Amino acid sequence: MRTIPAAKLTEAVAALCIEANTRLPADVQAALDAARAAEPWPLAKTTLDLLWSNLGAAGEAGLPICQDTGMACVFVELGTDVHIDGDFEAAIHEGVRRGYTGGYLRKSIVADPLRRGNTGDNTPAAITVHLAPGDGCTVTVAPKGFGSENMSRVAMLKPADGAEGFKKFVVDTVRQAGSNPCPPVILGVGVGGSFDKVAYLAKKALLRPLDVPNPDPYYAALERELLEEINALGIGPQGFGGRTTCLGLAIEQMPTHVAGLPAAVNVSCHVTRRATARL
Amino acid sequence: MEYKLTAPCAAADLAPLRAGDTVLLSGVVYTARDQAHKRMMEALDAGEALPFPLEGSAIYYVGPTPERPGQVIGSAGPTTSGRMDGMSPHRLDLGNKIMIGKGKRDAAVKAAVRRNGAVYLAALGGAGALMAQSVRSLEVIAWPDLGCEAVRRLVVQDMPLTVILDSVGGDLYESGPAAYLASL
Repeated sequence: MRTIPAAKLTEAVAALCIEANTRLPADVQAALDAARAAEPWPLAKTTLDLLWSNLGAAGEAGLPICQDTGMACVFVELGTDVHIDGDFEAAIHEGVRRGYTGGYLRKSIVADPLRRGNTGDNTPAAITVHLAPGDGCTVTVAPKGFGSENMSRVAMLKPADGAEGFKKFVVDTVRQAGSNPCPPVILGVGVGGSFDKVAYLAKKALLRPLDVPNPDPYYAALERELLEEINALGIGPQGFGGRTTCLGLAIEQMPTHVAGLPAAVNVSCHVTRRATARL
Repeated sequence: MEYKLTAPCAAADLAPLRAGDTVLLSGVVYTARDQAHKRMMEALDAGEALPFPLEGSAIYYVGPTPERPGQVIGSAGPTTSGRMDGMSPHRLDLGNKIMIGKGKRDAAVKAAVRRNGAVYLAALGGAGALMAQSVRSLEVIAWPDLGCEAVRRLVVQDMPLTVILDSVGGDLYESGPAAYLASL
């Protein structure tokens, strides 16, 4: 049994909130750079160049890459041989509070969905815990902006819709979103499970680096096919037209019911942020 | 084409702009997004004055991050404009001439843009650090309780923007992708 003081968790979350919002993950940067090189349409290329310049501008001025510094989605893979000394969830919320306040990040959370009212410190975090064997503790902060989150969709498809119906749902989601989610987008796609699990799978898929395909060759091929179809839509960077509509997508699948084919697309943008620490 | 404009603007200043053109905007820009639009609507309904003159105004849908000491503004890219669609035609009819945001607008907004000789310009979504570079000064002028959604008066210089909706019915979100696909 390994003991981790709750204060360590707080410190880690605070630092990860700032890191995630000011520095894009290497795989997302690489995908954006590759898209700039491959983009044939002049206005689209200019637009991608400007998105690239923004990363430099953020670094130089110490500014967040995007003003929507998001809802703090915190994922913890917690070893069953770990004891957290203190209040686990409170420690994470406190880390978000410190990171967003001390890091001059925007406070975008309202205390109640209908009655609204900003909480003033970007808490609470949206926490997901996954138990794992051993005594490890891995924390990932993935701030999620809502310009893209609002374009996400869940559908309870019919088994007869099959792979073609599933692909159509994903492509239609991007077509309908158009310019709203700040393309080029990045997609987390879930398929299978139940109504709630499929949405979780889509969110989880956004955590996978863009250069890592699905380990199942069938799904890896589906990922490539979908990317190609989406980049044939012509929406382009910012919706101004062009080849680069999607920088990458990941599918996560799980077993489902004989009567169902749940599918979900969690839409994210070219500023797909995540930062990880091991405690 | 690239145009340099200084806000506030008259319809005549905006008439040459066409969807796809670049605008380098200088002058005064007011920030207002969801809650500020709602309060402006309530003020108008109650016959009260608005926090800024609408005539010729440029309104930027943005909620910036807090500025650090010594900085003019934090990160300041556009938010999704569609959430303001229900309230924008009324503002345009009262004199607002330039809307700055990102994403699709509805048919009523497009009609109000044409009717009033206005324009809808896109700032770069997700490029808040870049957009911040053209902001020279910032002053919160109304509803500070709204935090990032408070109304701010910005003075900007050469803010890089793209014309989406022009006064003759052009829409880059339709014509841009169509032109690219036709080129294949």
